[in-house]
Amino acid sequence: MESLGSLILYFIVALSMIVFSVMAVTTRKILRAATYLLFTLFAAAVVYFMLDYEFLGAVQIAVYAGGIVVLFVFAILLTSRPGDNTERLTSKSRLLGAIAAVAMLVVAGYALVSRTMVAFAAKPAMEAPDMDAVGTALLGTGHGQYLLPFEAVSILLLACIIGGVVVARKR
Amino acid sequence: MEITAIYYLVPALIMFCCGVYGFITRKNMIAMLISLELMLNAVDINFVVFNRFFYPEQMEGMFFTLFAIAIAAAETALAIAIIINIFRAAKNIDVRSLNEMKF
Repeated sequence: MESLGSLILYFIVALSMIVFSVMAVTTRKILRAATYLLFTLFAAAVVYFMLDYEFLGAVQIAVYAGGIVVLFVFAILLTSRPGDNTERLTSKSRLLGAIAAVAMLVVAGYALVSRTMVAFAAKPAMEAPDMDAVGTALLGTGHGQYLLPFEAVSILLLACIIGGVVVARKR
Repeated sequence: MEITAIYYLVPALIMFCCGVYGFITRKNMIAMLISLELMLNAVDINFVVFNRFFYPEQMEGMFFTLFAIAIAAAETALAIAIIINIFRAAKNIDVRSLNEMKF
């Protein structure tokens, strides 16, 4: 049984996640789409906090909201005038997109609902992973520890920095 | 009323479907990238929810999400570099009009 406060928080978060993600793909102003994406990412961060993964929520806010959305805004302002509307969608492409989305929704929703044991499992008790546990798991080499992916991601980010400079520099 | 796993999975599913819709209908490359981020984020939420509700003693889902966020950041930075480069060469970023590989 949940407390009333967490129920209210849950409904606010779920509703804002749905509403803002719909608005992000239907608005005709591209800068507004980036703003709605920001709100959706914040709602996802709140979900992580509600599920006791504090570190993950902080990373979500710092990397996604702080880094990626700022990159999006810069790119939008560099490539288009902010007041412009995108051209109106043809009904054919809108129909195609709606069919794909609804088909996805039906198939995945059926798969979810048909496994009622999975879908209605109660939340088990868990102590929130503290920074000690997270750091040990991230830099250990044993079972369930992640030193190798950590190093692979560092190489990937280095390659990404070099690639970004090479691709975007002036010739 | 108790908040079970499906209460988190359904908003994530709707978010993913919005991403699919946007990716198919949008013509602007940055708007397509925004739809892609929506899909990635919905999958991240799924990882975390399955980790929390079914394997609370492990942290696999959390670390998958952590690495997915890092890779998404790298991918977005590189994609935006490519988009700005295309804009410099072709003066627009509409995917329907970009049908030549070399300018």
